[in-house]
Amino acid sequence: MTLNMGPQHPSTHGVLRVALELDGETIVGCKPIVGYLHTGMEKQAEYKTYTQSIPQTDRMDYISPMSNNLAFCLAAEKLLGIEPPARVQAIRVLLTELTRISSHAVWMGTHAIDIGALTVFWYCFREREKVLSIYDQVAGARMTASYFRVGGLAMDIPAGLLDRCEKFVDEMPAHIDEYESLLTHNPIWLARTRDVAVVSAKDAVAWGLTGPSLRGSGVKYDLRKNEPYSGYDTYDFEVPVGSRGDAYDRYQVRVAEMRQATRIAKQAIARIRELGETGPHRVREFKYVLPEKEEVKRSMEALIHHFKIVAHGFFPPVGEAYAAVEAPKGELGFYFVSDGSPRPWRMKIRSPSFINLQALPLMTRGRLVADVIAAIGSIDIVLGEVDR
Amino acid sequence: MALSADRVEERLRERFPDLGIERQAGEAVRDRTLVLPASALVEACTFLRDDPELRFEMLSWMGGVDHLPRVPRFETVYSLLSLANSARITLKVRIPEDNPRVPSVVDVWPTANWHERETYDFYGIEFTGHPDLTRILLPEDWEGWPLRKDSPLGYEEVAFTHNTPGRTVPSPGLRKLAPRKVKYRAQ
Repeated sequence: MTLNMGPQHPSTHGVLRVALELDGETIVGCKPIVGYLHTGMEKQAEYKTYTQSIPQTDRMDYISPMSNNLAFCLAAEKLLGIEPPARVQAIRVLLTELTRISSHAVWMGTHAIDIGALTVFWYCFREREKVLSIYDQVAGARMTASYFRVGGLAMDIPAGLLDRCEKFVDEMPAHIDEYESLLTHNPIWLARTRDVAVVSAKDAVAWGLTGPSLRGSGVKYDLRKNEPYSGYDTYDFEVPVGSRGDAYDRYQVRVAEMRQATRIAKQAIARIRELGETGPHRVREFKYVLPEKEEVKRSMEALIHHFKIVAHGFFPPVGEAYAAVEAPKGELGFYFVSDGSPRPWRMKIRSPSFINLQALPLMTRGRLVADVIAAIGSIDIVLGEVDR
Repeated sequence: MALSADRVEERLRERFPDLGIERQAGEAVRDRTLVLPASALVEACTFLRDDPELRFEMLSWMGGVDHLPRVPRFETVYSLLSLANSARITLKVRIPEDNPRVPSVVDVWPTANWHERETYDFYGIEFTGHPDLTRILLPEDWEGWPLRKDSPLGYEEVAFTHNTPGRTVPSPGLRKLAPRKVKYRAQ
């Protein structure tokens, strides 16, 4: 029998359609069908300047906008050959780690709902809301932050932000304990996730899985450690890994990652305090990056650069660059091909959800229909990013 | 531990001395990029994956690029990742416009399946040996290859009272805004 799951199904996290081939209740074939949210971001980027494409990236994985912004900016900065100041990098690290906490909180809440544990959702969304309020304070938008810019930040962090972040980070471990008390030893949760959707380490690598889906299978690869960016090599944290590669291991990896994220965020806050709560928020590279507004008012030179960049964008060198970050869902990367004009000749997005979703047939073969729900939840996909 | 891009290139040249492997040149090519002939792609990829020193066991991503009006017009780009060495290398194959075909690497890395479908979907590049080469992100009945440079960005008219219902021709003002060769769908 062929069973059509989706595209409008509450547990497919968006509009994902899965065509299931069943023998009784056992799955013999599974085919994810995607593309319902395709908006042609890669095509549109070829008609926009680099800065104009940043708001697009918010709409990919709309649960972790900061990580998307960061991946985009790092790739563009690599192409230009510039690096933002240490203070900016620390702010970026702080905000992306808060994003990781909020993304994992959303994942845990929705994954638990899919499996039937409604309570967790309310706790997780309480903390997620706090992160969204921090985005609101810092960038003026709760979800579509568009806060990072090529070469720095859109504006400096507001006064009082660090205290607020610190309070959140200090409280968070207790909240994670709360979530864990609901799930970690819950027999229903264990029955639904233990030995479900198993991926061996070999398969995980061959299918290109990244992020918690890869580490859940016992492969210790984290871009923050292995190919450090934004100064991650100077932070002290651990990379949690699983051993069995099942849905429960991926759950444990994400929980541990939330704890590590609070640790990194705490170090980042201390570092920002050290480097100054106010200070330069962009690199001084006027060919590519807007000068400070105050400077524009006084210096003719700065005014000219401001005008040039606002009027037609910056002109990168001819070439190509790929840079990736460890987004909450896995390796998120951007590949730019530049022909020297202010618009990218080609922008390719390496989105982790798209690639991780490909392993769904592998996870569900020979299992029951109910396990498909657990498997989809455990990969942690966002369809905005799958379809782009 | 660190595996340099030079070492990867050296190993590949040692193993395939007569391929004429070309290093991508350019002002700002930030990652080592090697251009291979299409005929040797699968063999070279298998070597890079299985070589005990290199171990490029993961295909991080692959995609296409349209270089219109350059000849050959298309390129497919493969970004390989060696987890053991934390190293990356980029491979490229140049593809002519009149015969956009390239061998599929699905047998080397199963993850290439969706990437190749996506590249086919966007550029119309055919991957020979792919098990299920169909459109993935666009609807099955879509005509054309949207990421080719000669495919217009497209434009869907916003529905106002003056252009609905029954009016198929947009007002002169709106027509001026629309890119040329626009195709109105769903009418």
